[in-house]
Amino acid sequence: MQQVSVSEERGVIGRSLDWVTTRFGRKPTDLVFRGVTLLLVFIVIATVIGVAIVLVVYSWPTITTFGLSFLTNQAFDPVHNIYGVAPAIFGTLYTSLFAMIFAIPIGLLAAIFVVDFCPRPLRIPLAFFTDLLAAIPSVIIGLFGFLLLAPWLQQTGEPWLQQHFGFLPFFQGPIQGVGMLAAGMVLTIMVLPLIIAVSREVMLTVPISQREAMLALGATRWEAIRYAVLPFSRVGILGGIILALGRALGETMAVTMVIGNQASKPSLSLFQTGYTLSSVIANQFGEATPGIFLSAVIEAGLIVFIITLITNILARVLISSMQRRGARGVRV
Amino acid sequence: MSTTVSERTSSASNPFQPPQSARGIRRQFSNGCLIVLATLFALFAVVVLISLLFYVILNGIRYLNLDFFTKLPTPNGEPGGGMGPAIQGTLILVGLASLFGIPLGIFTAIYLSEFGRGRLANAIRSLVDLLTGVPTIIFGLFAWVIIVVPQQTFSGFAGGVALGIIMIPIVARTTEDVLLLVPREQREASLALGATEARTTLRVVIPAALSGIVTGIVLAMARVAGETAPLLMTAFGTTFRNSSIFEPMDALTLRVYNFTLSPYQLQLNQAYAGALVLILLILITSFTVRWFTGGFKRKF
Repeated sequence: MQQVSVSEERGVIGRSLDWVTTRFGRKPTDLVFRGVTLLLVFIVIATVIGVAIVLVVYSWPTITTFGLSFLTNQAFDPVHNIYGVAPAIFGTLYTSLFAMIFAIPIGLLAAIFVVDFCPRPLRIPLAFFTDLLAAIPSVIIGLFGFLLLAPWLQQTGEPWLQQHFGFLPFFQGPIQGVGMLAAGMVLTIMVLPLIIAVSREVMLTVPISQREAMLALGATRWEAIRYAVLPFSRVGILGGIILALGRALGETMAVTMVIGNQASKPSLSLFQTGYTLSSVIANQFGEATPGIFLSAVIEAGLIVFIITLITNILARVLISSMQRRGARGVRV
Repeated sequence: MSTTVSERTSSASNPFQPPQSARGIRRQFSNGCLIVLATLFALFAVVVLISLLFYVILNGIRYLNLDFFTKLPTPNGEPGGGMGPAIQGTLILVGLASLFGIPLGIFTAIYLSEFGRGRLANAIRSLVDLLTGVPTIIFGLFAWVIIVVPQQTFSGFAGGVALGIIMIPIVARTTEDVLLLVPREQREASLALGATEARTTLRVVIPAALSGIVTGIVLAMARVAGETAPLLMTAFGTTFRNSSIFEPMDALTLRVYNFTLSPYQLQLNQAYAGALVLILLILITSFTVRWFTGGFKRKF
């Protein structure tokens, strides 16, 4: 380490180091350290931007060839050189919508339980359990879905639904086990812990005095939650829901394993097989020959990227607006 | 005897209890319903997790033996064999990913917590946050396009790059969080003693936050060890033993994926065993991390 005070006795190098210190206002080691840090940060930024650029550049051939018809074409057909992702977009939205319809009420109420009703000693294990569920690799959820859930649906679940609710458009068509229903259920399991975690964190930012004030006024516990806790944390919970939606829209492995990966006649049936944007990528990259086919696979990726980027930005804006109000930071 | 007691308590006029109107009963009723529902749904999440764990453990435990960790997979569901190359591959891939991901993640965190001010820092922080929300298959696609397609061969290297990118935001965020927990006074004391910024960061701030940083790294490694989608199109998988990172490489998740979709019962059994190893990995890291960080006692 150089010493700044005794510069006369330090020779040429020492003096030039001192010159650097006075010239740039920082010691040379600090300049090097800052330089290295900035360089690595720059690499990170370049990688992120690089991903976006690569996706756009490599999908350019299909963007220019098909334009918006890529979004509406029905087939992903290398033989006739026609590419479209309409069924994949439908599959992605349909399964994600299914998952959200079930995961939102279940997740929200489970979070309310963890924050409000849960016996004290159970709170931390319960929070730990739900976080653990979020950490399970998606391929294992997929294995569970493919080897247990789908056969069960084929033999028991779907026949029962068809017998009792067969008049609804959701439960018509051939029973196959794999399909939209299995994919939706698997996605529900996967986004549930995320909704629980975010709602829990957000509801914990509500000052305890608000709740106590409601209870002191004679409100029941549910009324205290309904009128004191939920209005305060509404925005953050919405952020969590959108975050979960983004997760559902982009999930690949578990869905690929149980959705069937085959287009059916377009219908509202939950029993039909189908595919999602991510499962198209997972299934098609192997055959993709350089040229328009490869470009089509990458454009499917680009669409997933853009959709998840939008949902994530939206979610984070909502959650960080909570953070400004809340007592402590929520970072999800 | 007991009936009289309960009758007395219920019929005794409690001065603090308002008279039960129909509205009051309805309020109590909806309150009760919601409590029951919330309890049930919380239970549901726990039951799903536990049944998942038990399903994999019960099916996998029988096929977990020494051969599983050392032998090669057998073709077409012949008996015997294991996932030796897959386990070796996962270790190599996570190692490669750490090589890229850990330094980039830690230095991004150092920048954000020590130097970064103003708009640029906020932009980078948002960028890192956004990175965590991007589906991992996108990074696989990225590595596929820039490494696999030009080289015309799947490779462990490409897989390592994809996993490394996934690690960056996880490491960066946990590291930044713990660096910010180091008291400002410690930094000022070090600087006041004449230490340089670099020395302060590397010798004072980072050691103070080391356990948290290590936690973040371990979590990130466990997380990428469980990734499948980005490896499909990069490492691709192979049933042969292979140590070269410039050739296709197997991974535990890839093998589980392939064997789950296999028509052979013996391969299904191995898929269960592989899934069990993955779950054990997650359980062990989660528990030790919580144990060491005292996470079982945090907040609430």
